Amino acid sequence: MGWFTKLINSSLGRKLLMSLTGLFLITFLVIHLIGNTAIFKGDDGLAFNAYAKFMSTNPLIHTVSYLLYAGIILHVIIAITLYFRNKSSRPVGYDKLNARANSSWESRNMTLLGLLILAFLFIHLKDFWWQYKYHGGYEFQIDADGNRDIYALVIEQFKTPFALVSYLIGLIALFFHLKHGFWSAFQTLGLDHKKYTPLIKALGLLYAILVPLGFASMPVYVYFFK
Amino acid sequence: MEKERNYTLKIWRQPNAQSKGEFKTYEVKNISTGTSFLEMLDILNEELTLKGEDPVYFDHDCREGICGMCSLFINGRPHGPDEEVTVCQMHMRMFEDGSTITIEPWRARAFPVIKDLVVDRSAFDRIIQAGGFISVNTGVTTDANAILISKENADLAMDAAACIGCGACVAACKNASAMLFVSAKVSQLALLPQGQSERKRRALAMVEQMDKEGFGACTNTGACSAECPKGIDLSNIARLNREYFTASVS
Ligand code: HEM
Ligand code: SF4
Ligand code: FES
Repeated sequence: MGWFTKLINSSLGRKLLMSLTGLFLITFLVIHLIGNTAIFKGDDGLAFNAYAKFMSTNPLIHTVSYLLYAGIILHVIIAITLYFRNKSSRPVGYDKLNARANSSWESRNMTLLGLLILAFLFIHLKDFWWQYKYHGGYEFQIDADGNRDIYALVIEQFKTPFALVSYLIGLIALFFHLKHGFWSAFQTLGLDHKKYTPLIKALGLLYAILVPLGFASMPVYVYFFK
Repeated sequence: MEKERNYTLKIWRQPNAQSKGEFKTYEVKNISTGTSFLEMLDILNEELTLKGEDPVYFDHDCREGICGMCSLFINGRPHGPDEEVTVCQMHMRMFEDGSTITIEPWRARAFPVIKDLVVDRSAFDRIIQAGGFISVNTGVTTDANAILISKENADLAMDAAACIGCGACVAACKNASAMLFVSAKVSQLALLPQGQSERKRRALAMVEQMDKEGFGACTNTGACSAECPKGIDLSNIARLNREYFTASVS
């Protein structure tokens, strides 16, 4: 095990974990987005409620969900350790710094963007996950199929301007985080190739635009058109 | 002939490693556009010396872009505003007449200031000592063409070997990370047959020493490569990651 502790204590090992947890979260977001599109079905939430029930009761998904919690926590904890390590590597800063000349804003502000996403996650989990799984105080109705009506809760929440604004801020942060993070995760893994790296970069940009846009469409749809 | 230019210089002065240091302002006049940046500082220092003041200390040696000694952070960028050029190879035509030029030392925990604009870059030497070499028996020079090397690898190794160890990558990086330097030094040997026997040990030892020296981790911002006077490519960092991970698990 010596090699393992050495690996995860090294700067490269920490980055390896950032990359792997980041890619895991990226995969999760696609599945989460596809499932959530049930909200647009126009069946008063029957499909959406059935999907929510499936996600919270299926044993396989149940196991994966614990992996997901661990992944997020690990990603955040390592992000914070890296932040402090990186800060301490330059105790005296520059008086005049032209960072724009050599790097993108999002690449220099991954921690800030991550913290915005984290703040959004707290709001998001408190609103739905906490209510649905841990009975946070909201009285669920039962829909026509006998499932708890989380759809009604989603509609109610998304009708508030606070939800709309916090979701949009969180998703804009996600866009910037992934605009840099998607390719960065491959670079960290050492997956670099003359032919495929431009492809990964293009795919990363596409992902960073489409996934947050997809998520944003839900509160926007409910707030303005429902 | 274009007219000569005048500048206001805002320069970091620090008598020694222990003292606090501060910016001092100087005026230089009648500088021709073909003057190199270091020659401009020579002119300033001559004036200071004649006035009996302590000249501004800065590192330099070859003044032809190959030794890696010159190391000035100018107007917010290492080696100044020109692309893929060391500060010794940059000319004053890059700076507008009458402008103020801010000159600072490289800033990193691993590169402490010795005096004024001179920093201690021996951390790089210790990284090289940890593994940036190959062990060969001395004796008769071997035939340069005896070992076949693919053109592609030979080119990549030569590109990596262009690194002059100046430290601009560290100076530019928001994390003061030395990844570009270390990746170039690991790559130039990992790509060649002569580097194979010590390949794994090298990657592990050099990264370990890099961490020990207090350089930051890599966030893949790309600032290093964008500011590198030798254009060392980011793909070297990906190669270092590969080298390190495979060496760790095997
Ligand atoms: C669903 C949410 C998230 C996704 C999909 C995600 C994804 C990623 C990816 C792919 C990377 C690139 C890894 C690399 O450079 O190797 C990354 C980096 C990073 N993430 Fe996240 N992330 C998420 C949430 C967060 C949160 C909540 C934080 C909280 C602080 C955070 C902080 C960071 C930081 C600081 C980095 C850069 C680390 C570095 O290179 O120094 N992320 N993220
Ligand atoms: S990688 Fe470039 S910037 Fe860094 S030390 Fe080598 S030559 Fe200088
Ligand atoms: S003085 Fe040698 S590279 Fe500038």
